[in-house]
Amino acid sequence: MTEENKEMPQDISRRKFLRNTGYTVGGLAVGGILGSLIPWRKDDKTNNPPPPHEENFNQALMYFTPEQFKIAEAVTERIFPKDDNGPGAKELGVAFFIDHQLAGDWGFNARDYMQPPFYRGEKVQGYQGRLKRRDIFDIGLREIDNHSMQTFKKTFIELSGEEQDKILQDFEGDKVNVTTISPSGFFQMLRSATLEGVYSDPLYGGNRNMDGWKMRNYPGSQMAYADVIEKDFTKIKPQSLQSHMNH
Amino acid sequence: MARKLPKVDVVVVGVGWAGGIIASELTKKGLKVVGLERGKERKTEDYFMVHDELRYALRYDLMQDLSKETISFRGNERIRALPMRQYGSFLIGDGLGGAGVHWNGQTFRFLPYDFEIRSKTMERYGKSKIPAEMALQDWGITYDELEPYYDKFEKTCGISGEENPLGGKRSDKYPTPPMKKSPAIKMFEEATKNMKLHPYMMPSANLSQSYTNPDGVARAACQYCAYCERFGCEYGAKADPVVTVIPVAKKTGKFEIRTHSNVRRILHKGGKATGVIYTDTTTGEDIEQPADIVVLTSYVFNNIRLLLMSDIGKPYDPGSGRGVIGKNYAYQVIKGNAIGYFNDKQFNTYAGAGALGMVIDDYNGDNFDHKDVDFIHGGMVSLSQTGLRPIQNNPVPQGTAAWGKEFKETSLKYANRYLSVAAQGSSMPFKHHYLDLDPTYKDAFGDPLIRITFDFEKQDRNLAVFLANKCADILKEMGADHIDSLKELGPYDITTYQSTHNTGGVIMGADPATSAVNNYLQMWDMDNLFVVGASAFAHNSGYNPTGTVGAFAYRAAEGILKYRDKGGQVV
Repeated sequence: MTEENKEMPQDISRRKFLRNTGYTVGGLAVGGILGSLIPWRKDDKTNNPPPPHEENFNQALMYFTPEQFKIAEAVTERIFPKDDNGPGAKELGVAFFIDHQLAGDWGFNARDYMQPPFYRGEKVQGYQGRLKRRDIFDIGLREIDNHSMQTFKKTFIELSGEEQDKILQDFEGDKVNVTTISPSGFFQMLRSATLEGVYSDPLYGGNRNMDGWKMRNYPGSQMAYADVIEKDFTKIKPQSLQSHMNH
Repeated sequence: MARKLPKVDVVVVGVGWAGGIIASELTKKGLKVVGLERGKERKTEDYFMVHDELRYALRYDLMQDLSKETISFRGNERIRALPMRQYGSFLIGDGLGGAGVHWNGQTFRFLPYDFEIRSKTMERYGKSKIPAEMALQDWGITYDELEPYYDKFEKTCGISGEENPLGGKRSDKYPTPPMKKSPAIKMFEEATKNMKLHPYMMPSANLSQSYTNPDGVARAACQYCAYCERFGCEYGAKADPVVTVIPVAKKTGKFEIRTHSNVRRILHKGGKATGVIYTDTTTGEDIEQPADIVVLTSYVFNNIRLLLMSDIGKPYDPGSGRGVIGKNYAYQVIKGNAIGYFNDKQFNTYAGAGALGMVIDDYNGDNFDHKDVDFIHGGMVSLSQTGLRPIQNNPVPQGTAAWGKEFKETSLKYANRYLSVAAQGSSMPFKHHYLDLDPTYKDAFGDPLIRITFDFEKQDRNLAVFLANKCADILKEMGADHIDSLKELGPYDITTYQSTHNTGGVIMGADPATSAVNNYLQMWDMDNLFVVGASAFAHNSGYNPTGTVGAFAYRAAEGILKYRDKGGQVV
């Protein structure tokens, strides 16, 4: 059963929300940031996603070279391709997402323990290398092209979809002769970064127009589900964190 | 030379649940308490942008910064321990409120069996039921003795729940009624009732209705927004130390919190603690805080690390089995799960709350006959609806491709069409599972990391598969079209998230030869040092630990007041 829910918090008055949700104790409103989160009145101009063709200043490169960007775009599109359900990684901006992530804390492993000595460990002990994620991407993307040249005499972006999959399968199954990084480890990093780019809040540059969420009917950032938690499946129009900024 | 500050009555190391409870109870009685917290200040207003899965769940915004301090790990003594360079198996809390800020709020009581596990197991099955390597022991306290403190913690939090039909006796009902039942929960309830099992709503620290606790703290009801675990609550609806006990302590005017204050050593002289040395991480300055009573409240790892670095208590030696500090490290057997895929049903599983769920305890503790199984204890089995966030929840039936067209299509199809029934298996202690100081790896100050030596045993492998099969049976009764369940546990792997229920290392008991603290959490070897946390667990039960940690903290506060009156050992 699917129904459009027309009464989500963005559409209801502050007073009604407080009353319905029991947000008062002895006549006093309680609960930390409610005051700033609940709109005093509905404003039709807020919460609307930008039209798809509006200029997007976020789509420029912080880390990748244009060549690396193209490979990343092609790889992520094979991991999460466009199909009848909707856009793939390329249209969703996943390669921009990864580029932006590599430029910051994540790319520098800023919050990981990176002190020596470095020893090769058991698999169950986790990553023990000295390379940062941005180094791994530099090497990994280059090796994807090298392996494409060796196998098909073409660069990765010149290959057909099936040929590209073959190259990625070789990385996934550690069938590539690379010693500086783990080919399967790099592939898993690509896979998880792709899913992050598809489904993270659009503020990070992927999940463009919330289309990643829309494909799976995920409502994004909603204030409350107290009204639907007891109901059968209820489709709710998604909203992103940006909608909170309007309050 | 460290700058020396004026002496206070009590210094608390770590301001999470345990530290907050101790501070509120002692300041109410007029004691002057200083709380040293290595992380930063936190408050409800910080969570304005909290519905951000990438930032909080994948980039660990609220967790300890591993670049400064981590743990090292090895499966056994024959291999080299290596640092946990990135998060995986468990997530270490940091900052005011500690992990109490980003917990789910599942607030259980352990079973009466747990506290007398060795005696009761031998009584029912004989001594041979306990493997020689299993370091099973009674806790030196009974459920009935601990019951009033459970009750107190539940009332502070406002736990929403209904009586567990297979649990220990309660002196009072839960302070608020159970959470709302989703259609998936109702399916679980019906299926387990058909199977003659005993379902009850999960005890929840996400409030089912607005509530004012005995300290006068009022909090609002949960909105089922689905961002609990790894997130802070933007409503203050989830009980956490920052919205419950810490403000109560502050209001007395007797509690001073110092954030960015990383305690490095406990000072002691002539068998008595005299205070602590800490580093102000904003300036790098070393500061001495003298105190009459020192309380360690850093959950597990730093409780043990500080004792070992300060030469307090006898370090555990796995060779001889003697010594107590670091002994009985245990965890949780969490992988005994099953996933059921439904072709024709969709669920609102994007919605939920950290402790929204239904539980059966028919396979927990000694609630069933273990005569014919090759393990002891068990685990709770539940369907919890914590909210399925899209980056981390993309399961596909076994045999489906992990990426590409088939993966996309299948993961989208099942995004709102699968339910997990999961077990939380208990973890028994073994003689060769322990914590000590790493000989090689250091934290940002140059102090040694804590080292974990731990692996799954036959007990755990048998238990995990037993529980996974029970989970699959329930999903079958619920009508799932396809069910995948764990077939083999495999070795303990620090790279995949399992549970942050690390326990043991400063365990409670009745005998100073085999335990580190008495049943008031007072060190046997140092009367004015109390060590509070899951570090006191002699094994880990088949439940979340926080309810028992909270009860222990209230018990410890009482012990500290007794010590203050009379001195010496309070038992």
